[in-house]
Amino acid sequence: MRFDIVRRRKWFFLLSGAITVAGLIVTLVFGLNLGTDFKAGSRVQVQFTQTFHTSAIAGAFAKANLPLGASAITTAGTQNSMAVIRLGYELNAQQENTLNHILKSSFPGYVGTQYDSVSPIIAQEQSQTAVWAIVFASIGIVVYVALRFEYRFAIAGIIALLHDAFIVISVFALLRIPVDLPFIAAVLTIVGYSINDTIVIFDRIRENLKGAKLKSLADLEQLVDHSLWQTMTRSINTVLTVLFAAIMLYFFGGDPIHNFCFALLVGLISGAYSSIFIASPIWVVWRSRSLRREQKAA
Amino acid sequence: MIKWGRFTTWILIVIIIFGLTFSVGPKLFSKIPLGLDLQGGFDVLYQIGNGQNITAADLNSTISALTNRVNTLGVADPLIEVDNGNRVRVELAGVFNQTSARQFLSAEANLQFKSASGKVLMTGKDLMNNAAYESDPTYGYPDVSLQFKNPALLASVTKAYLGKPMEIWLNGKMIQNATIQSVITNGKAVISNMPSVQYAINLANLLNAGALPLPLHELSSSSVGPTLGRAALHATLLAGALAILLIFLFMLFMYRIAGLVAVIALVAYSLLLLGVFAGFPITLTLTGLAALVLGIGMAVDANIITYERIKDELRNGKSLQSSVVSGQRKALRTILDSNVTTLIAGIVMYGYGTGSVRGFAVALIASIIVSLITAVFLSRSLLMLLTRTNLIKNPWLYGARTKEVAKR
Repeated sequence: MRFDIVRRRKWFFLLSGAITVAGLIVTLVFGLNLGTDFKAGSRVQVQFTQTFHTSAIAGAFAKANLPLGASAITTAGTQNSMAVIRLGYELNAQQENTLNHILKSSFPGYVGTQYDSVSPIIAQEQSQTAVWAIVFASIGIVVYVALRFEYRFAIAGIIALLHDAFIVISVFALLRIPVDLPFIAAVLTIVGYSINDTIVIFDRIRENLKGAKLKSLADLEQLVDHSLWQTMTRSINTVLTVLFAAIMLYFFGGDPIHNFCFALLVGLISGAYSSIFIASPIWVVWRSRSLRREQKAA
Repeated sequence: MIKWGRFTTWILIVIIIFGLTFSVGPKLFSKIPLGLDLQGGFDVLYQIGNGQNITAADLNSTISALTNRVNTLGVADPLIEVDNGNRVRVELAGVFNQTSARQFLSAEANLQFKSASGKVLMTGKDLMNNAAYESDPTYGYPDVSLQFKNPALLASVTKAYLGKPMEIWLNGKMIQNATIQSVITNGKAVISNMPSVQYAINLANLLNAGALPLPLHELSSSSVGPTLGRAALHATLLAGALAILLIFLFMLFMYRIAGLVAVIALVAYSLLLLGVFAGFPITLTLTGLAALVLGIGMAVDANIITYERIKDELRNGKSLQSSVVSGQRKALRTILDSNVTTLIAGIVMYGYGTGSVRGFAVALIASIIVSLITAVFLSRSLLMLLTRTNLIKNPWLYGARTKEVAKR
């Protein structure tokens, strides 16, 4: 017996709906933890060879005469060996230099520092650009899928996509992880990549539709379910290989891209789920409506 | 009948791919320019002026002053580009003193020679670019020697103001006030009594590089210490190696001999990508490196889609040979469709992003295009050639299940 995905679609819609609503509430209540790229100020990322004490970092900043806001220091990286400090003001070259000297002399395991400073005007531009980039990428993909398949496939695919992007955003809002420019790159990658599996499935549905005589909703459900199971191995395997890469990058890759890889991981898993359990069932619901209309007309 | 000739060709192709990768690969990698997040450096975006209209002449002289200044610093492969009409981005990668470089780049160097009544008689523009530090012959303090382009100008000014004071102003501050003792006809002058030797050298360099027509204000900056960049590079390379290993094992386990073909195609993919990055050359950033690692996972997707399609054909009762032919043909369209969407996302990212986002986008686009060549065309031909040797008769070796094999 095969697990019937399409007939159980209500449960999956309910699950995804619940996650989306929960994510919406979390994002609205807490808001995204906007990072330096979108909020102006400076971000200081200090890499050590081992874990460190937050109080020692605060001490170094005090010594450099740089005031810190509340909860400005967070730890990051695979071994929690990176300190990320966010400042509401922009550091100049001289201040960076002073801080470098203090950090170097007070921490034996000091590796190096990355400074990113963004002025308010650039922060505002970058926020707008990020939103437009996601909008344009989505439109581009809808148009392409609509041209290659039909509009119903395109819209069903894009709903699944936005669902994935939304889950990543919600997770970042919930865990209070700062959202910076690389995060946008991760979301765009998910938008571009997770539709791949959806396309493979849609392609199979389209192929099976050729010559198929659909008399009822049950026929349609069965055809789509059959297509889903025919493509199941490749849906899983294609995501697995990319997931392998993302997992390795998350655990062993450079600490500055740790959060970026986390966004990718969440998005890839969500994308694999939504390709199978959301995109095609949405198409079934939509297609069945026009099926009923066709039957009434006949 | 087994076609040994075809098999020999196959083996030769594989040997060439591996041989080239291990011999040329490391050399190509060392030629790829690394972004500042991998080798250290800084990236500063300046606003030119204080909001006034920027003319093309202002822009050009700003760029040329910055280029001269960067050349004075001796940093290799600088990037200086206009952004949005009234901004300029400077990116310097490598090991150098970042603090002094950043201060040097945007330092003002407006030199003016004024009369006591405040009239500007000559400026830094009238100087040749051979200002130099020298030690004062009598007192030993640091001086900067200057040479005027037109000695006649200096001669006429010194003649007109003979016996009167002349002031030298730098960036709106008077740094010298001396009485003109004689008419200077050789075009040489000296700014004497500088605070330090370093100051004198710096000033000479700035005067030679030319003054900025308008002040520069930092809008955004990113600076990475060199050791930090190297640590990130090594960590990400290790992650990449582990990912490749895991993907190799997975493909071999799932698709056996066909998986081996995918692995060979992946090796060629890596070599080709190194060639593309070294050839253009494209700067590799940390996020770009992450994109290449992800790209390996995406490149085998084409193989997986093809092999699953071949399994479908086998299940439909086709022979191994015709399954491979029709499976590959039918999979191609799906592969192209799914790659185009990722390509769209990559192009949008490139168009809208800067720095790390753009580095990621470039690597993503390059890896998709290269993977289409290797994972589709190369592994197609390799699998086809291997199948036509008639060496492999058992569909299990192409990833089919034993149950399906037993049916035949």
